[in-house]
Amino acid sequence: MPVSYYIVLSAVLFTLGALGVLIRRNALVIFMSVELMLNAANLAFVAFSQLYGTLNGQIFVFFVMTVAAAEVAVGLALIVAIFRTKHSINVDEISSLKG
Amino acid sequence: MFFQEVATAGPQFFNLVPLIVFIPIIGLLTNILIGGRLGEKVVGAIASTASGLAFLVAVLLAVSLLGHPEGAVVPLANWISIGELNARWAFQVDSLSVTMMLVVAGVGTLIHIYSIGYMHEDVRLNGDPGRFRRFFVYMNLFIAAMMVLVSADNYLMLFVGWEGVGLCSYLLIGFWFEKGADGIGNAIAAKKAFVTNRIGDFGFLIAAFILFWAFRTFNFEEVFAAAPQVAAAMPGAILAITLFMLVGVTGKSAQIPLHVWLPDAMAGPTPVSALIHAATMVTAGVYLIARSHTLYALVPEAQAIVALVGGVTALFAATIAVGQFDIKRVLAYSTISQLGFMVAAVGMGAIAAGMFHLVAHAFFKALLFLGSGSVIQGVEHGHHHAEAHGKKKPGERFDPQDMRNMGGLRTRMRLTFWVYLIGALALAGIFPLVGFWSKDEILAESLLLQPTVFWLLLVAAFFTAFYMGRQVFLVFFGEPRSQAAAQAVESPASMTVPLVVLAFLSIFGGLLNLPGLHTFTTWLEHTLPDLHPGEFILVVAVGASIAALAGILLTWLLYRRRYEDMQRIPPARRPDDPLRQVLGPVFTVWENKYWVDELYWTVILNPYVALSRFLADVVDWRFWHDWFHDTLLWGGYNRLSTFLACAFDLGIIDGIANGLASATVRFAGGLRRIQTGYVRNYALSVFLGVILLIGYLILR
Repeated sequence: MPVSYYIVLSAVLFTLGALGVLIRRNALVIFMSVELMLNAANLAFVAFSQLYGTLNGQIFVFFVMTVAAAEVAVGLALIVAIFRTKHSINVDEISSLKG
Repeated sequence: MFFQEVATAGPQFFNLVPLIVFIPIIGLLTNILIGGRLGEKVVGAIASTASGLAFLVAVLLAVSLLGHPEGAVVPLANWISIGELNARWAFQVDSLSVTMMLVVAGVGTLIHIYSIGYMHEDVRLNGDPGRFRRFFVYMNLFIAAMMVLVSADNYLMLFVGWEGVGLCSYLLIGFWFEKGADGIGNAIAAKKAFVTNRIGDFGFLIAAFILFWAFRTFNFEEVFAAAPQVAAAMPGAILAITLFMLVGVTGKSAQIPLHVWLPDAMAGPTPVSALIHAATMVTAGVYLIARSHTLYALVPEAQAIVALVGGVTALFAATIAVGQFDIKRVLAYSTISQLGFMVAAVGMGAIAAGMFHLVAHAFFKALLFLGSGSVIQGVEHGHHHAEAHGKKKPGERFDPQDMRNMGGLRTRMRLTFWVYLIGALALAGIFPLVGFWSKDEILAESLLLQPTVFWLLLVAAFFTAFYMGRQVFLVFFGEPRSQAAAQAVESPASMTVPLVVLAFLSIFGGLLNLPGLHTFTTWLEHTLPDLHPGEFILVVAVGASIAALAGILLTWLLYRRRYEDMQRIPPARRPDDPLRQVLGPVFTVWENKYWVDELYWTVILNPYVALSRFLADVVDWRFWHDWFHDTLLWGGYNRLSTFLACAFDLGIIDGIANGLASATVRFAGGLRRIQTGYVRNYALSVFLGVILLIGYLILR
């Protein structure tokens, strides 16, 4: 199977994630879309790693997963904190920092 | 004999010469510091002793000079040393300077002694006895300054003395500065003397500057040694020096056209008139020309001009003296006239004759002035006496110097009369008094050297005899014409003794330079090499004597005979002077001194005052103050600062600052719309940015 399929899939997944981040208002969904973008990137790493026969890409994926895990922890904590004060996780309602 | 030892002792006595300046200074310092606690007699004695000791030093110098006629220069200190200019304080001891020292200190001492008696009365008549001491301080200062003048070995030091005596003259003319016409008459007279002398000094200074430019030195010896070369190289410089020096001489020695100050200087006490304004200071100009004889001898044009100025002055002033009624003013114009004789003599190169007349004049003119002081005080005493006895209304204006108020003093003041008569005859040039010999020598020399001047001087000699005869007849003969004159009293001994000594000198002074012997000429020849002994011309001597006797005879007819007849006319219609009847308007011209003062007022002073008013009022006040300062500077600065404060600072500087601020605000107002606060917008921006970057990187 040619590697371009993986890349195309990765691009589609990334685009879906990006669109999700831009379009959706629910903070949890945006969060999940971010995860989708991260995993699209992981897929691209693994695909290129397979293509060039090196392990750099595979190892980098572990780092991305670690960062993603940390990010999830911090992000979910933020969402919980926001929800406690605003009783909503609609990101359009959290705009008190506007100029 | 001590003097013989001095004469043979060698030149070490010349080193005493600085004392001639320092002794009077010590005297005046003593009087300043402790004189207030001493009595009048002691103050006068200190001052007279100082002057007398200076005379003693001068005598010692003169005796030493007999043994060492070459003289000496005694350096005292360096004064100015800048570049080529090396001026020092050094005293010239030679027969010329020592002659002047003898005259100044000798006559000065006699006048000091006379002043003790005179000022004792004078300060009481003027109501301020405290000024007695001040008078003697000034007198000693004058002696010191005059000694600096005559003993200088360079023109710069001479100028210090020249200015010093001018200062003393100013101080002593204005001695009673709060008296005189309108309470400031004496002060005005002093100022006039000072200012007129400044004009002369200006000429002297210019002469000194040119002299230094031409010779690169002020020292007499060096200047005279270099004079022939300089004269060959630049003859114009010598002419300029001598003529500008003549301007200085006309100021100090009261020659035409700067003679106007001397008659007014009679405002000073009479001993001052005798010492400063007759015997010594005014002869400084004659001394200067005599000293600079080497320079004058190189330019005959200058000699002719100097001689002419002297001759014209001699005649001019002699005619004015005929028309004066103030006893001291007659003598003042006589002094100007006699100075004219001396200036004419030294100008034409007859140095010995001029200096001889200077010495002779110092004797008889000091005698006449002191005699007139004695007369004035005698009359003033008589006036007070008459007032006290109610024969005259007190407070009535009475001029004790007006000869019309005198008459008949011959019997009241016997001694004064006799010495005055001797002085008058000496001045008139009657054989064998000193004036005959000295004046005759000048006349004889001028006949040979400058015939024009001879005739001027001869006529002047006639007028001299005339005004002196007129004065003697008016003052001493006839009946007293006022109560004051009728009750005049003789002066005390301290005043009459110096008069007698001076009378003695006036009689026998001629022995100094008898024709054929020429003692005085030989004495001066050691200093001034190219002197020639004046010839005795019998025709001249007889002619001058006839002129003098004719003058006296004429006054006898007019003022003795005719004046007595006139006294019978009622006072209202009686003319005050018989000569006025004879000469009419000419006498008026003489009485008014040819209106020289008025001429100066019209031609110089009034335009000058108008100019200064114009300068002060228009140029200084209206232009500089009102326009330039107030309008232009102050107003302009005001307007500029208003412009800077309002238009520039508020408009432009503040505008820039405020504009920047408001522009920032407006810009920020635009930018804030980007900050929506919607996180999805920010995310979109990030995406767009990333896409732009990636697009750029790809398309690059």
